[in-house]
Amino acid sequence: MKLNKIILSFVSALVILFSTSVASFAKVVGDKIILGAAISLTGKYSSNGVHTQNGYNMAVDRINSMGGVKVGGKTYKFDIIYYDDESNPKRAAQLAERLISQDGVEFMLGPYSSGLTKAIAPVTEKYGVPMVEANGASRSLFTKGYKYLFAVLAPANLYLDVAIETAVELNGGKPVRIAQAFEQDAFSQDVRLGILDAAERTGSKIIIDDKLPKELNDMAATLVKVKQMKPDVLVVSGHTKGALTAIRQIAEMKVDVPMLAMTHCDAAKLSKQHGKNSQYALCASQWHKSLTYKDDFFKDGMTYAADFQKEFGYDPPYQSAESSAALLVFKDAFERANSFDQKKVRDALAATNMQTFYGNIKFAPGGQNVDKPMVLFQVMCDASGSCENKVVAPLKWASAKLIHPIPKWSER
Amino acid sequence: MDFLVFQYPMITVQACLDGILLGVLFALIAYGMALQWGVMNIINIAQGDLVILGGYIAYFMYLYGIHPAWGVIVAPVIMYFVGIAIYKLVINKVVDRDLFISILATFGISILFMQLMNFAFGADVVLANSGYGTTMLFDSNVVLPNSKIFSAFISILFAVCLVIYMKKSKLGRAIRATAQNARAAKILGVDTEKVYAATFGINAALCGVAGALISITFTIHPYMGLPYTIRSFMIVIVAGLGNLPGVAMSGMGLGVFEEFADYILGTEFRIGSVFLLLVLILVYRRFKLSRKREYLK
Repeated sequence: MKLNKIILSFVSALVILFSTSVASFAKVVGDKIILGAAISLTGKYSSNGVHTQNGYNMAVDRINSMGGVKVGGKTYKFDIIYYDDESNPKRAAQLAERLISQDGVEFMLGPYSSGLTKAIAPVTEKYGVPMVEANGASRSLFTKGYKYLFAVLAPANLYLDVAIETAVELNGGKPVRIAQAFEQDAFSQDVRLGILDAAERTGSKIIIDDKLPKELNDMAATLVKVKQMKPDVLVVSGHTKGALTAIRQIAEMKVDVPMLAMTHCDAAKLSKQHGKNSQYALCASQWHKSLTYKDDFFKDGMTYAADFQKEFGYDPPYQSAESSAALLVFKDAFERANSFDQKKVRDALAATNMQTFYGNIKFAPGGQNVDKPMVLFQVMCDASGSCENKVVAPLKWASAKLIHPIPKWSER
Repeated sequence: MDFLVFQYPMITVQACLDGILLGVLFALIAYGMALQWGVMNIINIAQGDLVILGGYIAYFMYLYGIHPAWGVIVAPVIMYFVGIAIYKLVINKVVDRDLFISILATFGISILFMQLMNFAFGADVVLANSGYGTTMLFDSNVVLPNSKIFSAFISILFAVCLVIYMKKSKLGRAIRATAQNARAAKILGVDTEKVYAATFGINAALCGVAGALISITFTIHPYMGLPYTIRSFMIVIVAGLGNLPGVAMSGMGLGVFEEFADYILGTEFRIGSVFLLLVLILVYRRFKLSRKREYLK
């Protein structure tokens, strides 16, 4: 009898606790705008998940300390509810559901990676919750007709086509022979489609077209083909493991190729892990700190990088920068909408046209950012062996001249 | 494209050499699995995760400025004790149950190890640089990274040492006796509990060596263990238990098979072809086994 009473009171206490906590988690409470985000804090994306979260947090603190968001003559501050999606798409979709239907969140920030964004987008779309995402670049996200999805980054198919165009240009406008190796995941395959487009546009020929497995840690076979067939450009995209494996084996096997273009170089800490062997690699990046875009909150890339370094103790990868930019977009949209109505905020987001330290932001009807080109940097090392990433293309932002062709291993 | 192997004959030589060097490394991992399987009748799904853990030991030595090749000595020592600990905590509770329970238990250990490694070391892909350079053959048409040659050499060295140890030492004989007939060995005074623990430890130590070599030649990542488990499982299935020359041969065979699958079918089918081969071999072996069983009737 007594036990029953204890259980009953315990349960009712829980119920009360939950009902109050739900109430306090509603979208806009007091002077707080509460955003929701599922982030990979554990699992295979955890390092980039943390970069994403750090980017979000940095922007929240900055916007709040500089006056917050002004809507309807009142000042609001940002707050984010995070859940750990364990790098698992199913879990991410569940958490999105939970954020919206239990926690009452009405505005969402994106997770890390195209795969997880793809899992969440149908949920936010169903509930009409505007989501600004900063880490899902897969082209397929923007062809589904989503109305509430906005991405501050350039889509994946644009990552490396600059490299092909540059190679053709350096070849005197004549087509080049391309060797490519891509992992079989949504993102890398989109990068591949971009290369196919660029090849068709320039009349270039693809002579090696390898697909790398998920458990990739050996691409010697691809490199042997490259050695024998001598293409003008080698393109590799397989997240950090692709970048690391490629550089290791290119150096070990002394593969000479005039141009090597990759993705995920800064996430792979290429120059730190490989030193001089990574020299001359061309890398696609959404952002680089030396770009001269400006805004009122972070000033410019250099200031952002310095502030980020001070707060988190490492140089910001582009994943953090674009995540910070997502909050700037939300702030701008809330103020222009001058309302917390989801439809109005959505329309304001769709009409975004602004510059941030990260780049210009303007959304196409599909939701992707069309106003920010990708940049290419090249790893350049000095005689002492310390390496730096220098922007080489597009020419407007270049801080160094592209070294082409890559010197042969026998001459290094 | 498909006939690249014929267009460029040097690719054939390269594929064979790459495959053999790779296969020797696989064989070392498989040998540990065969040992454990033979002695305890446990199929260790966590084999690949032990390999990766060994790789992290070499990687951390590299981070602290020690040449990662020393990992070949340090990793097995540490992994030996990790192996003993796993045995004492989990395996000895399931060693007398059926095969299925032990597979489940080691599967659990595998997941636990993956997550713990991810938690402790992060999800980044890492590697250790040996700085060993490259050997060029045939007018530099065939290239062999010295790190691969080094790892094949070390694998053979460890395998040979282990064979001698199993033949000559007291513990080695006890292990072999237990594998042949545990009950009889126990009656004759072999401390089978100790033998089981030592076997698990030795297996983990071999994984440690292989892991250190993989961190030097390839890359490591907390979730990269499973392909190594599958490969060693397959090698053991082909070679049979307690057949070291068979393990070595099927290891190298698998390595060469993978390389050729890569050139002929394409890189995307590399691991897939390994799985396909596994299925084919399992079907074939079962066919053979069932014939044997009928004969017994």
